[in-house]
Amino acid sequence: MRCRRWAARPQPSREKVGSHEKRHTRCRFFFVWIAQVIVDILLQQVINGLVQGSVYALVALGYTMVYGILGLINFAHGEVVMIGAMIALTVLKALLAAAFAPVLAVLLSLLAAMAVCMALGYSIERIAYRPLRNAPRLAPLITAIGVSIVLQNLAMMIWGREYHSFPLPFNSVSHQFGGAIVNDVQIGIVVVALIIMLGLMWLVHRTRMGRAMRAVAENPSAAALMGVDINRVISVTFMLGSALAAIAGFMVSANYGIVHYYMGFMLGLKAFTAAVLGGIGNLRGAMLGGVLLGLIESLGAGYIGDLTGGFLGSNYQDVFAFFVLIAVLIFRPSGLLGEKLSERA
Amino acid sequence: MVENTLLEVENLKVSYGGIQALKGISLSIAAGELVTLIGSNGAGKTTALKALAGLLHPTSGHVHYQQKSLLQFPAHQRVVNGIALVPEGRGIFARLTVEENLLMGAYIRHDKTEIAADLARQYELFPRLAERRAQLAGTLSGGEQQMVAMARALMCRPTLLMLDEPSMGLAPLMVEKVFESIRNIAAQGVTILLVEQNAKLALEAAQRGYVLESGAITLSGAASELLGSDAVQRAYLGT
Repeated sequence: MRCRRWAARPQPSREKVGSHEKRHTRCRFFFVWIAQVIVDILLQQVINGLVQGSVYALVALGYTMVYGILGLINFAHGEVVMIGAMIALTVLKALLAAAFAPVLAVLLSLLAAMAVCMALGYSIERIAYRPLRNAPRLAPLITAIGVSIVLQNLAMMIWGREYHSFPLPFNSVSHQFGGAIVNDVQIGIVVVALIIMLGLMWLVHRTRMGRAMRAVAENPSAAALMGVDINRVISVTFMLGSALAAIAGFMVSANYGIVHYYMGFMLGLKAFTAAVLGGIGNLRGAMLGGVLLGLIESLGAGYIGDLTGGFLGSNYQDVFAFFVLIAVLIFRPSGLLGEKLSERA
Repeated sequence: MVENTLLEVENLKVSYGGIQALKGISLSIAAGELVTLIGSNGAGKTTALKALAGLLHPTSGHVHYQQKSLLQFPAHQRVVNGIALVPEGRGIFARLTVEENLLMGAYIRHDKTEIAADLARQYELFPRLAERRAQLAGTLSGGEQQMVAMARALMCRPTLLMLDEPSMGLAPLMVEKVFESIRNIAAQGVTILLVEQNAKLALEAAQRGYVLESGAITLSGAASELLGSDAVQRAYLGT
């Protein structure tokens, strides 16, 4: 009753608000302005999004590989990225102080970060998750959060609370590219990420170990019947994901020039979002989700100011990632490329 | 009691959370034999095979295999010793192709040319699989999946092949084909332990049989004798 009365209420005349002509010109002005804004920063934001998305994709692969095999969300994965960045920072500083050639120093610090992270990933699984292999699912999940807190605090004790600047030993030259600017580090990130992802796909789909990983992910006891040492495959998976995390940590540090003990938290959450967006457990999904999330975030951050008339600034960019997470969980919980989740419940 | 014994199980007991599923079974299999273990649903047949394959840990008992104690090995090392299990429900890798499934069967082997030769042999034995080698195994029919599971188990060149209900859920024509394959495999000299609910078919294919009832072996003997025995007739053949 009330609804109908409300709908039938007297309507104010639209003509009172403004004459038809006035509205028309205002409209046209608005669209021209929007178009200008879009073109101005579109390319730049796409480039930024691809760079950030490449990093998300590498980290998301770590989440998705572990989930695919254990059905576990390894919330400590973001901290592995941070530890990778910290190790790279420390080694790089030491090597540069010892007057190593810049390229050699970068390579060695990256390798050191990968080695330490692989050992860390192996240990995390061995110490924290393996004893809980047959426990209810909530137990390893809470343990993962615990591991994350432990690693964060450990890093804080070792490297302190301050922001460290990442000493890139060469000049990252900026290039003009169709009105946008892209520098060497950004190009390097996208190219290296692409190579690594292709390599990972080759490993998973064309090698004996990759086949075993897929077999264990699908049916662990049947894989054991084939002679696959499941524990070994799980360890390899953790180490592989951690190596990717180390590379991602190096990339983020080189790109932003800053390393901090808390950097893994937000990055980890966003990469997790990327993995969910693509369909957790699905490798291609993690890559797609990572790049998409990078683009969404970067475009969102680029336009949020204009779209809200300056009310919200680009510091609200984090909102987009979690908006995406919530939207995916509501409308497509299995993600873009994911299979039915019930299968592994 | 059997000469040339390959597998000797003594008083094997298995419990799940306080419930005793196997109450101490003993059986022996000679090299080259086709032995069947029959019994109704819940008698403990699958439990017995899982314990032999290493997927379950017995509470007590001994298993001797080729003069070695088998129970010290985890599941993935029993395959290395030549023991293959085609599990109940087949346990194929649905998201791997047929060929990848077969290659998983050869996971423990490294001799590439020999593996390729064995792959060709399986395709000869199961021509249907050759047609579908690049297809995802999950898209196959139940009978074809059973063939994948059997061919996959053969890829590790087992000495002892254990089959858990290979006829389950298959159309009668398919069941016949599967049993024909089992006889072929046995003819190649592979020792087979066949678990079946379809007692008649199993006993017709086997040389000897054991009857398992609520976790204990109640009857054993030559397959033809069991097939004719009153107890088996009444309980499993419905006559």
